[in-house]
Formats: sequence, structure tokens, C-alpha cells
Amino acid sequence: MVSVKILGTGCNKCKALEKKVRELATRNNIDAEFTKVTEIEDIMKYGIMMTPGLVINEQVKSYGIIPKEEEIINWLKGN
Amino acid sequence: MNTAKSKILILVLLFPLWLLLYLNLESITDLLIFSLIGITPKTHLTDAIWFFVFEVPKVLLLLTLIVFVVGIIRTYFSPERTRKILGGKKLFVGNVFASMLGIVTPFCSCSAIPLFLGFIESGVPLGVTFSFLIAAPMINEVALVLLFGLFGWKTALLYMSTGLIIAMLSGYIIGRLKLEKYVEPWVYQVKAGHLELEEEKISFSQRISSGIDAVKEIVSKVWIYIVIGIAVGAGIHGYVPENFMAGLMGKDAWWSVPVAVLLGVPMYSNAAGIIPIVQALLEKGASLGTVLAFMMAVIGLSLPETIILRKVLKLQLIFAFVGIVAVGIIVVGYLFNLIY
Repeated sequence: MVSVKILGTGCNKCKALEKKVRELATRNNIDAEFTKVTEIEDIMKYGIMMTPGLVINEQVKSYGIIPKEEEIINWLKGN
Repeated sequence: MNTAKSKILILVLLFPLWLLLYLNLESITDLLIFSLIGITPKTHLTDAIWFFVFEVPKVLLLLTLIVFVVGIIRTYFSPERTRKILGGKKLFVGNVFASMLGIVTPFCSCSAIPLFLGFIESGVPLGVTFSFLIAAPMINEVALVLLFGLFGWKTALLYMSTGLIIAMLSGYIIGRLKLEKYVEPWVYQVKAGHLELEEEKISFSQRISSGIDAVKEIVSKVWIYIVIGIAVGAGIHGYVPENFMAGLMGKDAWWSVPVAVLLGVPMYSNAAGIIPIVQALLEKGASLGTVLAFMMAVIGLSLPETIILRKVLKLQLIFAFVGIVAVGIIVVGYLFNLIY
């Protein structure tokens, strides 16, 4: 099971990112558990200064952007 | 590698096309309006239509180019790097750096809080952080493009330099007043993690992609405001009589600057919608200082951002921040009414 965390206080980009990662996980049959981190103190623990942040298996993969699909798939697959 | 080369090649080929279009826009517009559609010149309606057909593609062309270039420049400036630069800086020098970095560092008001926390937590002084937070939204590429396209380079430069000065001085004053006690106490307890992202070498091809992404994101978001703004501007341009605004927003109306700022602060419109309208007003006799002050208040001091900041700042500091910046804008407004 892949753990996916979306860090963001609820901006449009955060929602778009979550939707995209969910879609990609379903489409590629990846078993993922999604958590939304919306409390700013918790977001700060990951050290990012731009939202949305994408954390996969407790590793910050991207922040401030919506990454490309291929990249997200790679991360989800653990590469 | 091949994709990178072809990407650059396409861009190299696109640029002359861009230039050709941009430089000949006036004759293309003439051709389109007078020859093809065949409306009679010199009526209010023709004036308005001509203005619209000419300005919309002009501004969109400029916007595409500038957003692309800024998108590439921003790949060289991450918030982490900016924070590192600002960390050891003293007041004033720090304020100068922060204001300038505010222009080139990627920023969106939705990230204002994590950015604020990240800066403060790593020891960037409060006043320096504020210089950054004032400059970043006020001096943005969309505003500059519109100012350049509709008002000319002098006004764009004036806006940018006075905006920088306001950001530097306001941050400096906030720092000098020692307002740290009005930051919510929890802010200083935040233990931020430290992101150990391997400093990836970004290839130039990736930077170009970032530029293209920026164009897609920003242009797709603001084009509609530009079209509407220019349409309203075109209406004013064609139908509102000359000097109509002189009494209201002219030089002699001394109260016009503070009123413009008071109106501008709670107004939340993006630069794309407001600048074309304001440009039309300028033509009808509004004075440049008043117009500049209004734009700065609308773009630089936005209510939503202030509300977001309430999470980390006590009300006293919010009022101090808005007050100091507003006074700065008013001074700039009067200054330009005096000069011009």
C-alpha cells in the first residue's frame, strides 16, 4: 500500500492535484491510501513553502506545482 | 536530448512569427476593420471596435512572451534559495533584497502562510519577510505586461520602481517598529521540517517546459479578464467624453488619491481586469498619480490575502501593515500628480 499525502489548506490547485493522483492510482491499479493534510503546522513539518505538496511514502515529491502524469505514476510505483 | 533540441528549434521559429504579428498588428487591425468588415471610420462605435480588436491580441501576445520568459527565470529562484539569501541579511539591505526577490520568486497568495512561516522559522527578520510579501503580489508579470502594453514602458517602469520602494520602506518600517509581539505566538514555535531535496540539476529543456507550463496556467486563467477589461475600456474609449474624469480623478481633485486607495484596498480584482479600464479612464482626464495609486491599492493590498494572514498575525500588525503600505501608495500618488 502506497501512502499518499496531499498538503494544502484547500486551494484550487490542491484539489486538482488530489483528483489527478487519485485518478492515476485507480487507472494504474495502485493501492493507495490518501490523506489530506490541511493543518498548517502539520504542513510545515514537511518543510515546504509552497502548496500543494505531494508526499508519497513520507517523502516530499513535489510542491507548488501539479507534476506531470508520468512523474506521479513513477512515484506511485515507488521509482 | 532530441526533444530538447526540437523544443528550442520550435521556439526559435515561433519568435519571428510573434514579432511579425506584433509589429504589424496595427495594419492588420486596419485591414480587418476597414477593408474586410468595411465600417465607416471615425464613429464612436468604430473607435471602440478598433480599440478592442487592436488591444486584445496585442496584450495577449505580450503576455504570452513575458509569462514564458518569467516562467523560465523563476526556475532559477526557488523559495528555499530566496530564504537562504535573506537569512543572514540585516534590516534595510535585507529589505532591498527581499523586495527584488519578491518579483522573481514564484509566489501565489495561497502560499503566503507557508512562505511566511518558512521565512520566520529560519530566521528571516519580520520586516524583511514583509518586504517580500508586499513586493511579490504587487509587482507581478501580468500587471507589468498590461501596463507596458496599454500605458507604455515609462508607466510600467514607474509602477515597478515605486512598487519596489514601497515594499522596501514598508518592510523596513515594520522591522524598525519591532512588531514581532503582534505575530501569533504559535508561529515562533513551529518546528518546520527541513526539506532535503537533492539539488537536482534542472536541464534547460525542463526550464523551457516550465515556461510553457506558466503560459498555459496563467494565460488560460487571465485571458477572459483581459478581454472583458479591454471591452469595458473600449466602451469608455469610444463613448465617454474627453475630460470626463478630470473633475473626479483629475489633478485638481486633491482628495482623489486617498479615495482611490480607500476604494482600491477592499476591491479584489486581478490586474488583468482592472488595468484596461483604468487606462481608458486615464485617457479621459484622470491623472496618472491617482490611477497608479488606485492600481497599486487594488493589486498590492488584497482583502483575501489579508484575511489569510490573520492566521499568523494579530490584528494590530495587520492594520499596521495595511496602513503603512496604504500611506506609501498615497504618497506615490501625490508625487506623480505633482510631477506630471
